[in-house]
Amino acid sequence: MTASTLNPLEQSNNNQLKRLKIQRWQDYLFEKATLLFATTTLLALLGIIISLIISAWPALSTFGISFFYTIEWDIINSEFGGMIAIFGTLVTALIAILLAVPLSFGIAVFLTEICPKQLRRPLGTAVELLAAVPSIIYGMFGLFIFAPLFAEYVQPVLAATLGQLPLLGILFTGAFNGIGILAAGLILAMMILPFIASVMRDVFEIVPPILKESAYGLGCTTWEVVTRIVLPYTKGGVVGGIMLGLGRALGETMAVTFVIGNAHKLSPSLFSPGNSIASTLANEFGEAEPGLHYSSLFALGLALFIITFVVLSLAKWMLIRAEAKKGMQS
Amino acid sequence: MKFVKTALSTLGVVMCMASVQAAEITGAGATFPFPVYSKWSEAFKDKTDIGVNYQSIGSSGGIKQIKAKTVDFGATDAPLKADEVEKEGMVQFPAVIGGVVGIVNIEGIKPGDIKMSGDLMAQIFLGNISKWNDKQIQEMNPGLKLPDAPITVVHRADGSGTTFTFTEYLSKVSPEWKDKVGAGAAVKWLAATSVGGKGNEGVAANVSRVKNSIGYVEYAYSKKNKLAHINLKNKDGQIVAPDDLTFAAAAAGTDWSKFPAMAASLTDAAGAKSWPITTATFILMYKQPTNKTASADTLKFFEFGFSKQGQKLATDLDYVPLPDATTEFIRKSVWSQINLK
Repeated sequence: MTASTLNPLEQSNNNQLKRLKIQRWQDYLFEKATLLFATTTLLALLGIIISLIISAWPALSTFGISFFYTIEWDIINSEFGGMIAIFGTLVTALIAILLAVPLSFGIAVFLTEICPKQLRRPLGTAVELLAAVPSIIYGMFGLFIFAPLFAEYVQPVLAATLGQLPLLGILFTGAFNGIGILAAGLILAMMILPFIASVMRDVFEIVPPILKESAYGLGCTTWEVVTRIVLPYTKGGVVGGIMLGLGRALGETMAVTFVIGNAHKLSPSLFSPGNSIASTLANEFGEAEPGLHYSSLFALGLALFIITFVVLSLAKWMLIRAEAKKGMQS
Repeated sequence: MKFVKTALSTLGVVMCMASVQAAEITGAGATFPFPVYSKWSEAFKDKTDIGVNYQSIGSSGGIKQIKAKTVDFGATDAPLKADEVEKEGMVQFPAVIGGVVGIVNIEGIKPGDIKMSGDLMAQIFLGNISKWNDKQIQEMNPGLKLPDAPITVVHRADGSGTTFTFTEYLSKVSPEWKDKVGAGAAVKWLAATSVGGKGNEGVAANVSRVKNSIGYVEYAYSKKNKLAHINLKNKDGQIVAPDDLTFAAAAAGTDWSKFPAMAASLTDAAGAKSWPITTATFILMYKQPTNKTASADTLKFFEFGFSKQGQKLATDLDYVPLPDATTEFIRKSVWSQINLK
């Protein structure tokens, strides 16, 4: 008798337990599945590093650490060094940063402090759209339109003015080809500009209005507000944005291959053609014979990986610091 | 009823696809003959319903792919050495002949205006001559107004059969080039101002954009882009212009059957009308193919290429068909080695 009265209750209890069990299972499976997805990316990263090192090993063990500072790149005699490509990568990225940072800063300040409200949105969108242009378009534009104009009108002027300076002059000598390290740097600057500008604009916007308004109230000029209030407040974020741009500039392949000149030469002049790591890889992988050449290309890839990894980690770290600061203040 | 109809038609489509897939041959390699192979395969498909899937990934890539047996034939501009062909159990034969030309971009200079000897060209590409109004260039071109401007050398940035042909020629005519640079699909470019372009089209684009530059491309690219080509002095001391007649003249004196694996070099050929930078492009196939039908179809494809219709298609694209004696030799002595049974 008792059993029959207890039965419905027990049954519903049982049902609930069952549901709970299923739910617990679901939750467990869901958790593990997401964990699996997340670890896949980590495994892929590890896999890439390991396979890079394995493939680069013949070159690294033959040439040793000197691979990274040897200038020679002779395919017929199998002598390889990464200096030219590493130099080209770093110099083009540096030129890009030197040009893009002040410009982006100007854009960000204008958009957040000076720009009339109705212009803010279209201008901001235009900057973001610039980031969406595929790099091959920049490359085609660079080779077919920018380079001839650059050779015709800009390089002669640079050579006649900056080229005459002592010491610095050597950077602006040589034939006016339109393509070379400087041209690659300029195109890269154009490409990373929207990244840096939009990060800067976003971090400038988090500055509490009360701080800025107090400063204006005290009689500060816009310049003073930007340099004394906005910049110190957003330092970390700004540097992080610059680093993100730098990361993109270091790894950019297609646009650079079009305009850098693809010559394995080390020259002090910025007018002269050179090579970056990414452009060397793009040009030579297809036809590389298995052996030292192939392995040296992998070693270059490893070098690029390390450089961008360091730059991006620094950027991440700085952005995290900036975020933490923002969290503390609000 | 409707269902049956749909099912039947689907089945029909699937069967059609299966039959198309069955009759397809694949090849990979040199970019230099890509235009003519694609024209051939188009006409061949119309005629026989056999599709040819040719991937122009470059000569070294073609050799890699045929060694890995992922394709039915490999194509390369630089012939594989005879002992290597033998060791791999392959056969090698030329498919079509073409020419490499030097091109310049100097204001006011039209195709064929400028003349050079092979050694002069080597001196420019070595960087020993660095200005257009250099005495040696001026001497060969009296009456031509050359600018007092530095020369920009444009070369291939990627490894290439075109580069191999060009540097092989320069090695033959200039001991200094042979000593300092040598011949190869990718070499070290010594000229102070040199720029690399990817592919024939990359070199053509760079030469047409960079003023006072010199470069080298497969003839069709110079013609297509209306670039100013250089007329060259050949082995007999005659100045010749690049066209199908001078390419054919360079090939005429060669008895292919005398070369093991048919690996004949056509550069710097003798003959008053010979274009000095002429080359054949080669095909590699296995003697004991795993897929015998595909190999038989491949032979049919090249048989079509050697036919009157195929020859006409090649000539239209400024390639030179092989002489009849050579194609006869290929049929009798090379293709006969391939086991199709």
